[in-house]
Amino acid sequence: MILDKKLSVSASPHDHSKDTVTRIMLDVVIALVPSLIAAVFLFGPQTLIVSAVSVGTCVVAEYFSRIVMKRHQTVGDLSAVVTGLLIAFNVPTSMPLWMVMLGDVFAIVVVKQMFGGIGMNFVNPALATRIMLIASFPTKMAEWNAPFTWKNEVMTTASPLAEIKNIYRSGAISNASFEGKDLPSLLDMFLGKRAGSLGEVCAIALIIGLIYLLARKVIKITIPLAYVGSFAVIMFIAGGFNLTFLAYHILSGGLLLGAIFMATDYTTSPINFKGQIIFGVGCGVITALIRLFGNLPEGVSFAIILMNILVPHIEHLTTPKPFGTVKEKKVKEAKE
Amino acid sequence: MAEKKRSLGKELTKGFLDENPVLRLVLGTCPTLAVSTSVESAVGMGLAATIVLICSNIAISALRKVIPSKVRIPAYVVVIASFVTIVQMLVKAFAPSLDEQLGVYLPLIVVNCIILGRAEAFAGKNNVLASAVDGLGMGIGFTIALFTMGFIREFFGTGTITISLINNGKELWTPLFGENPILIFILAPGGFFVFGMLIMLANKIAEKKGKPKAQLHSCKACPMFATCTSSEKEDCER
Repeated sequence: MILDKKLSVSASPHDHSKDTVTRIMLDVVIALVPSLIAAVFLFGPQTLIVSAVSVGTCVVAEYFSRIVMKRHQTVGDLSAVVTGLLIAFNVPTSMPLWMVMLGDVFAIVVVKQMFGGIGMNFVNPALATRIMLIASFPTKMAEWNAPFTWKNEVMTTASPLAEIKNIYRSGAISNASFEGKDLPSLLDMFLGKRAGSLGEVCAIALIIGLIYLLARKVIKITIPLAYVGSFAVIMFIAGGFNLTFLAYHILSGGLLLGAIFMATDYTTSPINFKGQIIFGVGCGVITALIRLFGNLPEGVSFAIILMNILVPHIEHLTTPKPFGTVKEKKVKEAKE
Repeated sequence: MAEKKRSLGKELTKGFLDENPVLRLVLGTCPTLAVSTSVESAVGMGLAATIVLICSNIAISALRKVIPSKVRIPAYVVVIASFVTIVQMLVKAFAPSLDEQLGVYLPLIVVNCIILGRAEAFAGKNNVLASAVDGLGMGIGFTIALFTMGFIREFFGTGTITISLINNGKELWTPLFGENPILIFILAPGGFFVFGMLIMLANKIAEKKGKPKAQLHSCKACPMFATCTSSEKEDCER
């Protein structure tokens, strides 16, 4: 049968899968939709405007920067849409639109295209933008909208993380220390009825997205599990083995959003299993340290960015040894 | 010593853009990033460095046949340090607010690469007049670069421009960004960002003018190629 066809010799890979960048990015967008719906439900129609503006700006920025840089057009691979959505998910709903647009342009032009476009960026563009926005507009980035207040007037409130930090600093933690505090219940935290950035609040929607991505084999569970797992272990010990404290920490802030959608970014995470474990644990440890001892309440974005920068070194350390070869170190020893 | 003859006008203007010390030679980066958070301190720094540069260029050029080449660097540093001390005392006496703004960066002009670099690359090999003109041109180039960076960073980072000599130290115009200036511009990352962008722009303009593109690993691309006398020049060319 095969011999009927013309035989041709070519370089590997010989067996192509049907996955394309566009398809993978589309899967990520689909996985983000539940969170978007939840956010619209919680924070009102302004959410949609912020998301649309963010996605639109990213796509336009990608299109024009490719033209200006005289490179082939990559706007069709939807990666700009993912970046735009993630940026929108990382800002409060009340964020002025020009700030969001500034962040979008920063993400696409500076972080992504100036380093060569998709697959070449050394850190996650959405996270770099989040850090840029926090450094630029610290007050606006901390004005959280309270859920279900959009029908009347927009109310701003403190993020649960700040409250938890106060509890941690005030001494020994027991279940009683959570009583009488301005905190949403754990169920509300899980369902997303709390103040926070647009896309990070609804844990269940994020987990639905995770399940979809796992089912489509877009991502492996390794990084999210190593991330949240190592984070949980440290928090469990730091909180004096208090489960409530642990649960609040896992459900609050951008931990799940970061672990599921940002730490797993192909370009900026290691390829091997071993590397992914190191990467995930590193993210978890740094996040925990920032949340426990840092000045800022949240540490997810800084942790992932720091580990992003370390990825080349992790890859170097975890490159598997091809079968039948001897390790460099042993060769050196033999020579001596 | 093969001196390439260039007209004085060229010696003056080369520092503005083609061999701009900050944007093309990437010297004096530390004070550039540190003091360019506001126009006032940036220009103050630029002018102070220019005065030191002109004076030290003249002195070093005049002494170039006296200074033994083996100890030239310490000799240059002594000359530069004396002028920096003079300038520092003058600034302290007549512009104490500027002295406060510049802080440690004013005495640090002693180790500013631009000044030592010009002494080594130019004043030590050329006559007094050419060295003075070179110092002036390089100083103006440094000031231009600092002013541009200071302007961009202060404008975006605080939303206004404030210069104490003009308009009695009030804001020059109303903020463009309302209550939300882009703070990152006056922080260190913004400084690096603006710096990189300006280098890119300067490279683009120089490229358009037919000057070599500044890049790593190539001696020919170096803006100093014509005047470079390094013993490694041959190795580098290979």
